[in-house]
Amino acid sequence: MSETETHSIKVNGEHRRVASGTSVAALVGELGLDPARVAVERNLEIVPRSTLAEVLVEDGDDYEIVHFVGGG
Amino acid sequence: MNAPANIDSWTVAGRTFTSRLIVGTGKYKSLEQNAAAVAASGAEIVTVAVRRVNLTDPNAPKLTDYIDPKVITYLPNTAGCFTAEEAIRTLRLAREAGGWTLVKLEVLAEAKTLYPDMIETVRATELLTREGFEVMVYCTDDPIMAKRCEDAGAVAIMPLGAPIGSGLGVQNPVTIRLIVEGAKVPVLVDAGVGTASDAAFAMELGCDGVLMNTAIAGAKDPILMARAMKAAVESGRLAYRAGRMQKRRYADPSSPLAGLI
Repeated sequence: MSETETHSIKVNGEHRRVASGTSVAALVGELGLDPARVAVERNLEIVPRSTLAEVLVEDGDDYEIVHFVGGG
Repeated sequence: MNAPANIDSWTVAGRTFTSRLIVGTGKYKSLEQNAAAVAASGAEIVTVAVRRVNLTDPNAPKLTDYIDPKVITYLPNTAGCFTAEEAIRTLRLAREAGGWTLVKLEVLAEAKTLYPDMIETVRATELLTREGFEVMVYCTDDPIMAKRCEDAGAVAIMPLGAPIGSGLGVQNPVTIRLIVEGAKVPVLVDAGVGTASDAAFAMELGCDGVLMNTAIAGAKDPILMARAMKAAVESGRLAYRAGRMQKRRYADPSSPLAGLI
């Protein structure tokens, strides 16, 4: 059995490894987040919610995943 | 002008609201207390910040669980942004997260005073407006800068009453009034309110509304203070509409002098 290839990425400044072929939607799910309540930025570009399932994670990607918190 | 006392709404970017009090959602002890304070304030708009999700505890309670964005309008802010680019990046994420184009822009110059950087603010207002955002702009209490913001496309002008979180009240009523008189869009005092009389005073100057956070969240009893602020904003507005009496330098008796025994 061959070892699954993985990608090295950053999410909110932290290093992570994900299996190659993972979509951004799958990544969000893997992190335990509800895609309807977050916004995803990939390498400084917004990934629209409607395309999360189509965009594949690539090696070296840098993600910011944000939501609303209390503020003034 | 004899408008009925119970119908007095205001409109920003085509959205009409009855409450003239906008409250922040920061600095509360808990989300429960935050939600209770918002309810007590009667606010229909709350400001919110955009921040990284909690990856170590993705199931931690969320603001949206306590304050329903379908009921209360979320106004995403750019708190913590010091350049136009940072602010634009933040608001693009906010638009994606919530789908809203009505936003609060604040581009700060430095951490010590949290004073707005007006050069960056005007530039960001222009860029965001071009991108389809409806921008309510936090600005200095400078009538000329307020005009620049309006010219750049601001849908509301929000001058500070005093530095953010200071609770010092409206420091410059002369320029706040000049801003109100010169603006074609709503003017809201944003920041600096400390207690109910500050909010009433801002409204008496003719502002369309008041935005505050710390004055409520930082009170000993935030829910009671939220009620106080609701009443203060309403009172100040009513007094403005009623048109106050002229000030006199000397006394003027209230009871008739005629018929004195």
